[in-house]
Amino acid sequence: MPGGSLITDELQKLIGVSLGTTISKVEEGAIQRYAQAIGDPNPLYNDPDYASKTEYGRLLAPPGFTGWSIKAERPMEKLFESLIKAGGPPRVLDGGVEFEFIEPVGAGDVLTATTKIASITERETRLGKTMFTTVEITFVNQRGNVALKSRSTLIQF
Amino acid sequence: MAKQIYYEDVEVGTEITPLAKIATTRMLVQWAGASGDFNPLHYEDDFAKAMGVGAPIVHGALKRAWLGQLMTDWIPGEGKLKKLSCQYRGMDYPRKMKTMEEPHDGETWWCKGKVTKKYEEGSEHFVECEIWVENGKGDKTTPGSALVVLPTRSGK
Repeated sequence: MPGGSLITDELQKLIGVSLGTTISKVEEGAIQRYAQAIGDPNPLYNDPDYASKTEYGRLLAPPGFTGWSIKAERPMEKLFESLIKAGGPPRVLDGGVEFEFIEPVGAGDVLTATTKIASITERETRLGKTMFTTVEITFVNQRGNVALKSRSTLIQF
Repeated sequence: MAKQIYYEDVEVGTEITPLAKIATTRMLVQWAGASGDFNPLHYEDDFAKAMGVGAPIVHGALKRAWLGQLMTDWIPGEGKLKKLSCQYRGMDYPRKMKTMEEPHDGETWWCKGKVTKKYEEGSEHFVECEIWVENGKGDKTTPGSALVVLPTRSGK
């Protein structure tokens, strides 16, 4: 790449590194506020009485719920800073996400989320020289089962 | 909620029932509080300019959540969403508020999609979909995909 690589030695060292584990309880009110913010009136996310009579037995969280009570997004904020400190470009945008849903998530669940940097790559885009960081989060529920996985891409330019 | 859709009801090319959304500055504040994303990119003019996006933009994760609703509205009850992905390709700018509740005139966003593949694996019936959010100009700012499992009419 002309002008040298964006990926400094310090950034290389971050690849594969765990950004830590957070434990969060999924709160009923957090689910309801999240569903309201989406504008999704689905009673599974809004009405605990309705939801408790379904196969889920409790208020269900919308797919990819990352409501206020889920702290896994906090390491992401710290990540912005550490990527910039390690020499990454200063402008950061959220590039997208892939979710895999394995077990339902609902009120009262306790999720243990482990966040890790899976890869850092670079290429020329319409933004100029651009760096892509892929971050994986695995959420394990109180039964010890993986409930969902996410892979997010951060764009820096 | 919509009535149950079955595996036999869909073919490649079947359209997912579209979902309309209007992003407003008010909605972005509400989303920030509910999601815990307090990045000033979504509410501060100067910061958004410095980040190279011109003005505060709609959270990518909010558009992703809209796409989640598109899918769960379409497959209610016995349908299960297995995978959801999207890329935040284009910037979207919220409508400003005219009154406490009413936004100014402006763009309406549409969440849309269509079936790209259907197949059986083990005892499950999978349907893959191409999905996207399109802005008032018809640009697909947030393309993505989804994988769902649908029930069958025969129950097998």
